[in-house]
Amino acid sequence: MTVVLETVPAPAPDAKAEKKSSWFVRITITVVVLLWTIPTLGVLISSLRPEELVNSSGWWTSLAHPFRGAEWTLENYRSALSNGGFGNAFLNSMAVAIPSTVIPVTVAAFAAYAFSWMDFRGRHVLFVLVVGLMVVPLQMALIPILRLYTGGATLGGVTLIPDFNLGGTYLGVWLAHTGFGLPLAVYLLRNYIGSLPSSIIESARIDGADHFTIFWRLIIPLSVPALAAFAIFQFLWVWNDLLIAYVFLGGSRQNRVLTIALADLVGSRGENWHLLTSAAFLSMALPLAVFFSLQRYFVRGLTAGSVKG
Amino acid sequence: MSSSVQTTPPAGPVLAPDPPPPDRPTGRVLLRLAGAVVIPVVAAIALWATLDFLRNDDANRFLVVGIALVVGVVGVFFLFWSMNRVVEWLPTRFREGARPYVFVGPALVILSVFLIYPVINTILISLKDAQSQDFVGIENYKFVFTDESMLRAMRNTAGWIVLVPLVAVTIGVVFATLADRLRRGEAVAKSLIFLPMAISFVGAAVVWRFMYSFRPDGFGTNIGLLNAIKQGLGQDPVPWLQQKPWNNLMLMVIMVWMQTGFAMIVLSAAIKAIPDEIVEAARIDGASEWKVFRHITIPTIFPTVVVVTTYMVINALKVFDIVFVMGNAEAQGTEVIAERMIRWFFIGDHNGRGAAIAVVLFLAVIPVMIWNVRRFREQESIR
Repeated sequence: MTVVLETVPAPAPDAKAEKKSSWFVRITITVVVLLWTIPTLGVLISSLRPEELVNSSGWWTSLAHPFRGAEWTLENYRSALSNGGFGNAFLNSMAVAIPSTVIPVTVAAFAAYAFSWMDFRGRHVLFVLVVGLMVVPLQMALIPILRLYTGGATLGGVTLIPDFNLGGTYLGVWLAHTGFGLPLAVYLLRNYIGSLPSSIIESARIDGADHFTIFWRLIIPLSVPALAAFAIFQFLWVWNDLLIAYVFLGGSRQNRVLTIALADLVGSRGENWHLLTSAAFLSMALPLAVFFSLQRYFVRGLTAGSVKG
Repeated sequence: MSSSVQTTPPAGPVLAPDPPPPDRPTGRVLLRLAGAVVIPVVAAIALWATLDFLRNDDANRFLVVGIALVVGVVGVFFLFWSMNRVVEWLPTRFREGARPYVFVGPALVILSVFLIYPVINTILISLKDAQSQDFVGIENYKFVFTDESMLRAMRNTAGWIVLVPLVAVTIGVVFATLADRLRRGEAVAKSLIFLPMAISFVGAAVVWRFMYSFRPDGFGTNIGLLNAIKQGLGQDPVPWLQQKPWNNLMLMVIMVWMQTGFAMIVLSAAIKAIPDEIVEAARIDGASEWKVFRHITIPTIFPTVVVVTTYMVINALKVFDIVFVMGNAEAQGTEVIAERMIRWFFIGDHNGRGAAIAVVLFLAVIPVMIWNVRRFREQESIR
């Protein structure tokens, strides 16, 4: 679901040079940060402790003697990756998340270019329709699409869409994520691409470049900030998604993605904390890396454009 | 049509059509037309063969995943490139008329299949029986509004959409205001609050199951932080997730933990956009920090607060993963609407009921969206 956020200008750099931070401010901030960090920290520390210790004492006890060798191990990660099938799930998550990010970004960029720089009938009506589709909750789309994947669609005996048998395939998941991500992507990218100066595009036209060349050589390089912001958001969303993967790819050991593997582990071994914590951290590792390395783009994209959830 | 380049600039951002290229001999046109047919057919067959391979369960996983990545990433570029080639081969007359549809076509097709068709279809399914064979009228909707568990789900969802946005936005505003006054470490503090945003709901569920972990007396040490604190204070450990109806609050804490960072980062940008002169002028006039916050900060960022709150309300309305992973919702009394929908459709095997719940969810989202759009329009017209 989507919400439109107003554009906020960048903060003045010297705004707080003269501000004093009082004790009250510093203590409040520290307390909130600790409250927010401790749950994750507990999982990280537990994932590095041997099984017996995890089950017999709280993770905070290890903080008392951080340099004792017997307190730490990587065994949990090893067993989660091999016996837990998390290695395979990690691969599946990659195979789902990367195309599910690239495809909507590409399709939306082409559409956004056409909506802003090409003339065709129904341009405005179609754009409003596309953006209006942000209202549809994806829960509503799951059932019909699953039936479409496994049985095609007919109207009064006439086959409208043949049975492509897409249930349980990567293509099925990619297309579903593309469909659910498109309205926001088109909206965001159209705002950005439409605001590029028309003079550069016109001069390229006069030099004889066709639309495809302009799009490829000019628009894409110029739109990197917007494309990156949306791509990061979409990637995190797809990587962390449980519902769509569960419905369209299924929960079989062969096909399941990380979130499903983790959910299965919670269900089957709810008390094996040494496995659960390392598995949880495995599933968090990539999004956290993406988030911290590309945080600048991400936050800018969030505050300057729109947001999907 | 003349072959000279159009010289007058077109009105608005829309561009002039391509200058038509020089005429070609008929033989080559035919060859090109043939190519326009053959290449997509070959490409389609190749794509089909690859997808068939991806379905093969016995193949090496690395190979399968590698090929899937190549097909998924390169395929979409190839799709647009080849469609553009096909347009190039069209007679000049149709070329520029067809090209915009090459650009928007795929988006429109995908949206029709994945969003427009499902809405219509779900409404139809919701009027049919468990196997979607016969129409049963409003039977399923009657179920939605009378079933005990469904009613509990609606009550719980109402709690979610009120409490989660309220708490998350409040903490977000206060934190952003205070962090703005920090001399050092603002970026680090904000990153740490924001961090849970990058974690999946399932991951967050594991993190918090660990926090809430409970062992009764005589079953070993409590390794969950909350119960360890309780015992440290000399009280009995509590099975946090079994305490009806308080366990609902325990689950909401997880969502607040995940979403506060989002609220905080957006509100922080709005707070930083308040001109310093206004705040300084108020301070010089003797306004206390509280008064500045109450009479300048809050009114200025109010539109942003509304937008963030709407986003959170919609998210809370659709919450599913947290409840689904944290245990048996029906036994614990923690059902929510989206979770019931999945249960009925995939575990309860009743398409009609699942679809009816989805329609109710859809109808519940619409007013929130309309309200949001109205607010947005008002704001635009003020500017």
